[in-house]
Amino acid sequence: MFRLNRKCMKCKEGTAVLIIRVNDAFCRSCFKEYFIHKFRAMLGKNRVIFPQEKVLLAVSGGAASCSMLSQVQEGLSREAPKKFRFVPGIIYIDDGGACGRSAEERQRSNALLKSIFTETGFTYFIVSLEQVFSLPTSVLVPGTSDPDPSNPSYKQAVDQYIKEKQTLTEENVASAVAQLSIADSAYSPERKLALERLFSSMKTLTAKEDMLQTLRSVFSKLLYSFCFYFLSFLRYVIAVLVILTAIDITHDKASIQRLTESFVTNLQSDFPSTVSTIYRTSEKLHTVMPPQSQTAEPASKCLLCHCTLDTKVDKASAFHATLVSEQLSQIKLQDSSLDAPAQSAEQCCTEGQGCGPGGCCSSNRLPSHQDLKMLLCYSCRLTIKDMVSLRKAPHSWVQSLRVLHSSNSFYDVVDDMASQQFHM
Amino acid sequence: MPVQCSNCVQRRAVLKRPKTGHSLCKDCFFWAFEEEIHQTIVSAGLFNRGETVAIGASGGKDSTVLAHVMKVLNERYGYGLDLLLLSVDEGITGYRDDSLETVKRNQQQYELPLKIVSYEELYGWTMDAIVKQVGLKNNCTFCGVFRRQALDRGAMMLKVDRICTGHNADDVAETVLMNVLRGDIARLRRCTSISTASDGEGAIPRCKPLKYAYEKEIVLYAYFKKLDYFSTECIYSPNAYRGHARTFLKDLESIRPSSIIDVIHSGETLSIKEGVKMPVQGTCSRCGYISSQALCKSCVLLEGLNRGLPKLGIGKHHRLHGKILAQESLTEQEEKKLKAVDF
Repeated sequence: MFRLNRKCMKCKEGTAVLIIRVNDAFCRSCFKEYFIHKFRAMLGKNRVIFPQEKVLLAVSGGAASCSMLSQVQEGLSREAPKKFRFVPGIIYIDDGGACGRSAEERQRSNALLKSIFTETGFTYFIVSLEQVFSLPTSVLVPGTSDPDPSNPSYKQAVDQYIKEKQTLTEENVASAVAQLSIADSAYSPERKLALERLFSSMKTLTAKEDMLQTLRSVFSKLLYSFCFYFLSFLRYVIAVLVILTAIDITHDKASIQRLTESFVTNLQSDFPSTVSTIYRTSEKLHTVMPPQSQTAEPASKCLLCHCTLDTKVDKASAFHATLVSEQLSQIKLQDSSLDAPAQSAEQCCTEGQGCGPGGCCSSNRLPSHQDLKMLLCYSCRLTIKDMVSLRKAPHSWVQSLRVLHSSNSFYDVVDDMASQQFHM
Repeated sequence: MPVQCSNCVQRRAVLKRPKTGHSLCKDCFFWAFEEEIHQTIVSAGLFNRGETVAIGASGGKDSTVLAHVMKVLNERYGYGLDLLLLSVDEGITGYRDDSLETVKRNQQQYELPLKIVSYEELYGWTMDAIVKQVGLKNNCTFCGVFRRQALDRGAMMLKVDRICTGHNADDVAETVLMNVLRGDIARLRRCTSISTASDGEGAIPRCKPLKYAYEKEIVLYAYFKKLDYFSTECIYSPNAYRGHARTFLKDLESIRPSSIIDVIHSGETLSIKEGVKMPVQGTCSRCGYISSQALCKSCVLLEGLNRGLPKLGIGKHHRLHGKILAQESLTEQEEKKLKAVDF
């Protein structure tokens, strides 16, 4: 880290410690404010989290998700008007089983994260990826369509919430005061009496509520600031350790994600507006349009990811071209594996529909990728291409196949898969 | 251990298809490659019977393969098309003059008529002269814009019904990536179309029959068929922005070969959210070519060159278009900004 001999561009007083964007120098505290502001602005702008909703925070132990977690904590510690209005919970998914980590390593990181999560006081879940195989049904639900930031229901919900918080009765105040004195670490009966006297001297409910909030925040701040500031450093160190033990620092080309990450980061250094341009471009786009008219059938959803299927496209399309290529490269191979009467393989599955009895999907054939593929979107098809065998597919898929398909031959296929499943 | 061709099973496989990973013998590969292009042409309805089609020919592998395959398919399936070669001479010494020799040989080999149009005769500027004024950073912008119009002008002179170019899957995928990186929503929407709309005057429709053909396969096809083509990179291209997208795409392909078609699929299924501002298509007030601004890009660039202001047209100076149209001179400050060039 080289020395920056500049003043912070915001407060003009502190010494700058870093440069963001092209040339903006920030001191430590102004940067922290800026960072917190960006986080809050993102939540406020998008208006998807309604007051009192439960929000699950996905924490991987990496720098980004740990920052998010500490931002949520910071946001919940603020004064009432500026406090976050949702109820957080944490989930950590231990994918060590898929990454080849040993049981001891996994136990170690799980324990570290458990201690971090416990301190937050939020409900937390530490689950292992393997548990997906024993889920009875798919727990995914399709998301709602694009949330509209100008939706009046959000504003109404917020206003309603604020009004409710301010509705006080004398009983509420009394119990709140009682709770406050318990929270006060220097609790004594004298103290409790003093508090009651303080509140009874106030005439209006509004004044009592104000006082209550002030006292609450003072107490919680005292308790909290200490924890927050001392432990945030500790948390960061722990998080970094978790990252280093968990991640295999590998080559750029180890995966598409890693390649793309290094591509964008490198391009950004030569062209500083790259990241924001990509982000803003993506905001103007969406993928497959759901059908607009009322009379059209609701678009089918992918079995795996529940996004709208994008495989029912025109003949003149990239998807169609891939099907053609596959057929052309192994026509004879397809024919020779059939027991069924000769049927042109080209016509059979290119249309994207299941074929009737005697076709290549007939029940005397083991269930294959081809059967499952028809129910998946383009990218999920690519994902399962790498699957060696479908016998270990999650139980929820078998269930969904059963429900979704109506042709007889398909039920046979599904029953085959189901019986194999339970023989494992 | 020799592998058998996965299609005919009889002959030994000589290559592994980059697109699908299947091992094929030479003949089955030729057949699959040609058949895929035929399917593309038929399913997209690219041509109509009896049309005259100009094949944009640069002497490079894409256009050579395109010319060859178009000729083969035209005869094999009876498309009933009149084919000819149309070539553009940008005036790049040591590069274009060599590739034009290749095109002239193609003319003999495929027995197709040939027409050459040059930047010199159309605009009064060769690329060599342009690079001297503009430098090496933005020169590709000039070349691309000028070439597009040159092809159209040449096609109009020949009175053809349609133009086809050798853009391959890699090109289209790179363009999709580039448009995302540059935030060019309007182009993003258009760039995956296999053919341009045939509305409006002076706009001869053009199409890309090789849109789903991988560059690697085009090279393999040309190699095994022993086609005559010119294989050197343009000497001015190393600094082009497209190079970044290309490197990324090549790396993606090495991880997962279907990435190229996957990117095209993404580009095809993208749509624009409602309420996003889009440019409106009109015509250039000076030359009548299609344009979303008062002056088309070609006219703006040319004006910049002729006035010694190379940066006019690079970056956004729409406010100055009015001044240029009225033939007014620009203020000293405006001129200074437009002169600065980084080499």
